[in-house]
Amino acid sequence: MADKIVLEIARYAPERDDKPSFQSFEVPLRKEWVVLDALNYIKDKVDGTLTYRWSCRMGICGSCGMMVNGEPKLTCATFLTSYGNNATVRVEPLRYFPVIRDLVTALSDFLVKLQKVKPWLIHPNQPPLSAGEFLQTPEQLDLYKQFSMCINCTLCYAACPVVGLDQEFVGPAALALAQRYNLDNRDQGSAERLATLAHPDGIWGCTFVGECTRVCPKHVDPAGAIQQYKLTAALDWVKSFILPRGHKDAPQETAHD
Amino acid sequence: MEIRSHDILLVGGGGAGLRAAIAAAEVNPKLSVAVVSKVYPMRSHTVSAEGGAAGVAKPDDSLDEHAYDTISGGDWMCDQDAVEAFVKEAPLELLQLERWGCPWNREPDGHIAVRAFGGMTNKRTWFAADKTGFHMLHTLFQTTLKYQPITRYDEYFVTKLLVDDGRVQGVVAIEIMSGKIQAITAKAVILCTGGCGRVFPFTTNANIKNGDGMALAQRAGAPLKDMEFVQYHPTGLPFTGILITEAARAEGGYMLNKDGYRYLQDYDLGKPQPTPVLRSMELGPRDRLSQAFVKEDQKGRTIPTEYGPVVHLDLRHLGEKLINAKLPFVRELCVKYQNIDPVTELIPVRPVVHYMMGGVSTDINGATPMAGLYAAGEVACVSINGANRLGSNSLPECLVFGARAGHAAAEFAASQKAPNGSVWTQATNEVLRLEQQYLHKTSGRERIATLREEMQKTIEAGAGIYREEASLKQARQKIQELQERFENVGLDDHGRTFNTELISALELGFMLDVAQSIIECALYRAESRGAHQRTDFPKRDDQKFLAHSLVRRSSDGSLSVDYLPVKITHWPPGERKYGEGSHKASKQTKVS
Repeated sequence: MADKIVLEIARYAPERDDKPSFQSFEVPLRKEWVVLDALNYIKDKVDGTLTYRWSCRMGICGSCGMMVNGEPKLTCATFLTSYGNNATVRVEPLRYFPVIRDLVTALSDFLVKLQKVKPWLIHPNQPPLSAGEFLQTPEQLDLYKQFSMCINCTLCYAACPVVGLDQEFVGPAALALAQRYNLDNRDQGSAERLATLAHPDGIWGCTFVGECTRVCPKHVDPAGAIQQYKLTAALDWVKSFILPRGHKDAPQETAHD
Repeated sequence: MEIRSHDILLVGGGGAGLRAAIAAAEVNPKLSVAVVSKVYPMRSHTVSAEGGAAGVAKPDDSLDEHAYDTISGGDWMCDQDAVEAFVKEAPLELLQLERWGCPWNREPDGHIAVRAFGGMTNKRTWFAADKTGFHMLHTLFQTTLKYQPITRYDEYFVTKLLVDDGRVQGVVAIEIMSGKIQAITAKAVILCTGGCGRVFPFTTNANIKNGDGMALAQRAGAPLKDMEFVQYHPTGLPFTGILITEAARAEGGYMLNKDGYRYLQDYDLGKPQPTPVLRSMELGPRDRLSQAFVKEDQKGRTIPTEYGPVVHLDLRHLGEKLINAKLPFVRELCVKYQNIDPVTELIPVRPVVHYMMGGVSTDINGATPMAGLYAAGEVACVSINGANRLGSNSLPECLVFGARAGHAAAEFAASQKAPNGSVWTQATNEVLRLEQQYLHKTSGRERIATLREEMQKTIEAGAGIYREEASLKQARQKIQELQERFENVGLDDHGRTFNTELISALELGFMLDVAQSIIECALYRAESRGAHQRTDFPKRDDQKFLAHSLVRRSSDGSLSVDYLPVKITHWPPGERKYGEGSHKASKQTKVS
């Protein structure tokens, strides 16, 4: 194994630069190092101005997503050695997001989209806590569990060509999280979410490219969630003419004994 | 300079901070509540918690047993009135989270499922696979999105608490994206910034865990409590320090030395059985297991690696099906970060700094001795964790004391006038300090990473799993030198936009203060208790030290330590016993 590897890193400081450029750094190539370790090496030893986000370095906080050789990746989970000997690894900010500086992108738009789909449990008139938990069988949990694994790393937005063409598209992660609550037997909010989801910028914006699912580091399968919801939404749209309100049987509530 | 004002200000948007924000907003929807966090809230370190959250849930369990386990696990350093409130409210808080949508694991009939955990007499740990913290944090974060009165300051870094007339009245913070420095005033401030694991070289803690809130509080005049009690978790992956949850042992994992021998049987932790026995062997408390590792290493029975000695965690006999169902994240982490599959291979593990039992001293409602200042979660020391926290008590602690602090701060804020003008001068001075000391200074010669590494090595050598007077004094001297060298720190980055190097420098300043406090408290506590083991004072000394350390910083930077008696209600100090039959004690030792 070679003992060095070159990183070509996108640099951009709005106070100084008109447009991004690349800067090369040679770093030690160690078998246990991920791309993030190389960035930390550069920041600590070579150039303290290199700018990126990171925190947990165990693939759960969702901070350190970047384009690595053109692919959206969590850099804490991407080994340098997976790019072979003597290779150059190109690191860029996540595609389709405004760049704040170097490898840091703006997340504010994603948070607006997330809030829009009402990703919280909607269940008016809950019994008091003393009545115990809502019942939910392991099978009912399995219906939505996969979609609850989203870490908001936004890799799926950087992979989605629709996001690239239409900045208003709600996008894979937010749609998957909406579906996570819609499929939860404790939730009664699918009607409230319908307007946002069944909008041209909601599920109908998705052209089912499936890149979101391919790049998701947590196997959430946003593409599957969206396709599933397209079916439900089409049915709900029909039902909304027939039934005054509500689409789902109320979940069972039982006192905890 | 811009000044923004709110009624309640949360510093930190993890489990405790978000729970406190919701509590305050629910007490009085007219209150203006703001969450200031140096990362987007869903990036907070609560996200990394794995195994579960303890709360009595089943008919065969009792609040008294949870209390006894917590108190004996904490080697009698817990305040028992706080523990009693905690065990009573924990199940309700976990239930509340269920109502907000947390995907807890379930029994076949749909009720909440619970698992065993270290040091616990009964199964009472609620879990969402082995990503419990992740699910709790995202549930809380998503729930806060529906509360209109909660304003968020995402990616704002707090540099100072504003204090006037002994009352905390807000903060100075840097908006990281723009570099703009501004004052945010409030009638009450709640610190929920988490722990300080990054003071040490090898830790499960995220990069953001720098003891910010502890240092902010201490600089403002509030005492820190019990800072000598640092928890080493017995099972971290070498090199990365990634945590392998205690749930792996609760589900039946074995700890093996280099000979494949379940060595914990040699350390008063019971006899090995094929399946897990509560409060026994692998289900002993974390302090005892980490100490056993050091002894085992001294006997030459660990396995040397390039990242230090390790032992093995063996899950192979549990089978692929159980591992996938109950420990999917353990498998994912091992495969992705260690390139081994626990279904067929042994996991190399070693003790790793995981949790700070100490923190900002608070009462049972999260109130510090300073008016207007509250703290909850790992940054605080109530204390329910005493000298050693039990696994799965920290997540419910965030909820119970987050909610309590939120309520108490909301009530306090209702009776307060808006902050007065004198904080303006303080805020202006703070802006000048940041500019002169960091942004405009070009003469600094010390590199942040160098100082940080020296600090980490120093504290591990001087105040690790075992300490003694000489090693502590040496560490104290060295950290003092590093404080002086830190005055001469120099930045490469003098830009305003997203200056992460400036943030790292400020975090290093906080960590140096925290390191000093840890060493100072460890030096004065001339006994061994829980996670604080002095080789020169190997016995617990209730005569002198059944008391919390309080460490204060004076304006010249010097520290002083005094003591506050531990509150005992129903469980007089006794001997910690683990192994078969030890669970019986939990039913017998309560006195009225």
